[in-house]
Amino acid sequence: MSNETLKIKIGELLPSAIWEEGGEWTTLVTEPASWLTLAEQLRQASGLAFDFLFCLTCIDWKTHFTMVYHLRSTSLEQVLVVKVKLDHHEPEIESVSAIWRTAEFHEREVYDLFGVKFLHHPDLRRLLLTDDWNGYPLRKDYEDPVNMIKL
Amino acid sequence: MDVKTTIQQEGVFPGQVHPTPGGGIVISSIDEVINWARSNSLWPLVFGTSCCAIEMMSTAGAKYDWSRFGFEVARATPRQADVIIIAGTIVNKMAPVLKRLYDQMADPKYVIAMGACATSGGPFFYNTYSVVKGADHVIPVDVYIAGCPPRPEALLHALIALQEKIRSGATREQIKTTKPE
Repeated sequence: MSNETLKIKIGELLPSAIWEEGGEWTTLVTEPASWLTLAEQLRQASGLAFDFLFCLTCIDWKTHFTMVYHLRSTSLEQVLVVKVKLDHHEPEIESVSAIWRTAEFHEREVYDLFGVKFLHHPDLRRLLLTDDWNGYPLRKDYEDPVNMIKL
Repeated sequence: MDVKTTIQQEGVFPGQVHPTPGGGIVISSIDEVINWARSNSLWPLVFGTSCCAIEMMSTAGAKYDWSRFGFEVARATPRQADVIIIAGTIVNKMAPVLKRLYDQMADPKYVIAMGACATSGGPFFYNTYSVVKGADHVIPVDVYIAGCPPRPEALLHALIALQEKIRSGATREQIKTTKPE
């Protein structure tokens, strides 16, 4: 499937979709409210069949967070990137661990380092850091006067 | 010092050998013989925390082959090793593990800090919450190697420098156990 037909097909499912140009892959920008239903459709719709979430990460832009999901369809051999903008004060988004099982650990990692809260996640605990850790170290405004030497 | 000259001059037996009919007489001191023997049979611990470990493996491999100098038997347990090469970044979470491994090694034991991370934190010195700024905050170090990562030649040089240090009785472990008088 070409990028254009992929865009048309997703545009039918989500008319509010915004496409970002200039990246290596077809990139879709959407809102947290529509993400969970869109994710289910991306996984299940016959012409899409994105069955593999190969990267889940987060970016801190200081004013807001962006969740980035890299999806691949192993049967149709196509890639889609979905970006979701989150509020900086209370970053919250629906968990997709029920749709792609691999998201369970990736979301725990993002929660651990960025403090994004994943709603309806089965086991949202810190993954890499100790349980009593204060703060989220990959945030741009993170301060740690004991361990960090500021440049 | 040039590696080749080092081996020719210092790799030899410390003492005098006087050949006599039917055998010979050796004059030396026990300490020197022990240090000489220990320096030629250093067993490194299999320990690598990042990319320096790749260079360390390369040094152990056929092309550089550190067994030429007596580091043949890398051990996977600290109880059988007497030198630990800290090959890579030490993070706060790894520090207790490193300390424990060091404590489990049998005396006398030696430590080489390989590369910028193990020496000072290296590229992770500034603006990081997780990296120990030098492995010598955790365990005492005998030899430091610069580089990111150091080439296998540099590691070999460090290992030979450690041998020299052991032969002259100057490692931390030896100074600690030597009595004042």
